[in-house]
Amino acid sequence: MASFLDTYVAPKKEIPRHTYLAVSFVVTATILAVWCGLSYGGLVREDFLPTPGAVAGAAIAGLGDGSLAVNTAVSVTEIMSGFIIASVFAVPLGILMGSFKVVEAAIEPVTNFVRYLPVSALIPLLILWVGIDITEKIAVIFIGTFFQQLILIADVSRGVSQDLLDVSYTLGATRRDVVARVLIPATMPGVMDTLRVTLGWAWTYLVVAELVAANKGLGYFILNSMRGLFTEQIFLGIMVIGLLGLMTDQLFKALRNWMMPWATSP
Amino acid sequence: MLQHVEGAATAGAKLRIDNVALRFTPKTGTAVTALENISLDVAEQEFSVIVGPSGCGKTSLLRLVAGLIEPTEGAIWLDAKRVTGPGRDRGMVFQSYTLFPWLTVQQNVEFGLKLRGVAAVERQQIARKYLAQVGLDGFEQHYPRQLSGGMMQRVALARALANDPAVLLMDEPFGALDSQTRSLMQELLLNIWQQSNKTVLFITHDVDESILLGDRVYVMTARPGRIKEVVKVELPRPRHVDLLTSEAFMTLKRRIMHSIHEEAVLSFAADEARRG
Repeated sequence: MASFLDTYVAPKKEIPRHTYLAVSFVVTATILAVWCGLSYGGLVREDFLPTPGAVAGAAIAGLGDGSLAVNTAVSVTEIMSGFIIASVFAVPLGILMGSFKVVEAAIEPVTNFVRYLPVSALIPLLILWVGIDITEKIAVIFIGTFFQQLILIADVSRGVSQDLLDVSYTLGATRRDVVARVLIPATMPGVMDTLRVTLGWAWTYLVVAELVAANKGLGYFILNSMRGLFTEQIFLGIMVIGLLGLMTDQLFKALRNWMMPWATSP
Repeated sequence: MLQHVEGAATAGAKLRIDNVALRFTPKTGTAVTALENISLDVAEQEFSVIVGPSGCGKTSLLRLVAGLIEPTEGAIWLDAKRVTGPGRDRGMVFQSYTLFPWLTVQQNVEFGLKLRGVAAVERQQIARKYLAQVGLDGFEQHYPRQLSGGMMQRVALARALANDPAVLLMDEPFGALDSQTRSLMQELLLNIWQQSNKTVLFITHDVDESILLGDRVYVMTARPGRIKEVVKVELPRPRHVDLLTSEAFMTLKRRIMHSIHEEAVLSFAADEARRG
């Protein structure tokens, strides 16, 4: 007879689907229940921890006057602009960096240096150089994601099997063929995974990006709510960011499975 | 039956490896001589096998012939043309799985043909022919990840053959397979070779495999790799796996095993000495 431990707590062992869902549900429900208990029960002050109802109220108010939609749209625009510009450069450059030593020698030292700079430390410079309008916000997102993408994609490219390139040469491929028809397709699943992960990181730079001279956006909304101690609005902002992050993540996952049915899932 | 050219070391060799040496200096440490004084001729339609202890440089030798690396000394000639780089006249099957995961089985087999601009209809015919030969009809639309190891190696073989190379290079292609699958693959390769008349240079560390497949078996020494001995295998063809238990086979096997064992002992002793 298998004991409870053998069935449910053996490393890497599958558990029944309904058990999996039940565990997820119970934990999520518990967190919500604790939140309700603490806030409705009056155990914590309301300007510390708002009630779920107050957050819902803030959401309804935000939806009603259109401010939530405007702030979300501004943030999504900033994130997507910064992220797309970063990806457009990082993907090809990263692939080259991982497979051509010349490119690696040229850009790796600089990349490794910039990669460790906290983006917030660059904000004064960015203001000086690009001003305080939306360009500055996009630049923060760009710097925050570009260098990380570059290193991760270079690793993906480095990981492409030498034998895969060699067999292509023995089938008559030229160097150009090998890059276009073998190296690039071989990196695609890894590139998609990198984009998915770094898009998540881009969201985390949002508040930093909207720290200065912003008058719209979810990061601004959170910062501004703090000044008035509108805790329920802070919660709302955080939740919207979380939900948008979750949605884009799922979207990327679906996109990868749809575009690359041949690849094994991450 | 195939007509085999006798006495391969003649001017009419299909593939000639002429006094080749390979030396390199690793990032840390002193210069290594991987291969030295290697000369061998492979006649048209001959199945040559190179067998040797691990680390003797046999894979490097095959990569030299493929043109993927350059010899430090000497030269390699194919049809009296000097090898200066890789090309489709020397198709190769690797020990590792090298199918393109993003292409279907059929697209994998068509890869070389497509590079050359062969029309789609013709490509498809050729691919189907070779997939049928390796027993994989019905799998054209599968992706590599849906195949077993043995099936992937059969596709790799079909892909190399579909490109119609002058010489087929095989680097321990069945090394990663379990022993039952390996012996099925050997039968399959014998059948295909019997039909295709290909000139083959095959690398293995498995003595049984070398005798079963080869017309000629080259035994290599431990590093630096040299050709120690050439054994002509005059077992009748077509051959089958049951040959492995015959007296004639055993005699050859004893001889080659003995020869390799000496080298393995030497290389082991050298390793021990290096580690003090």
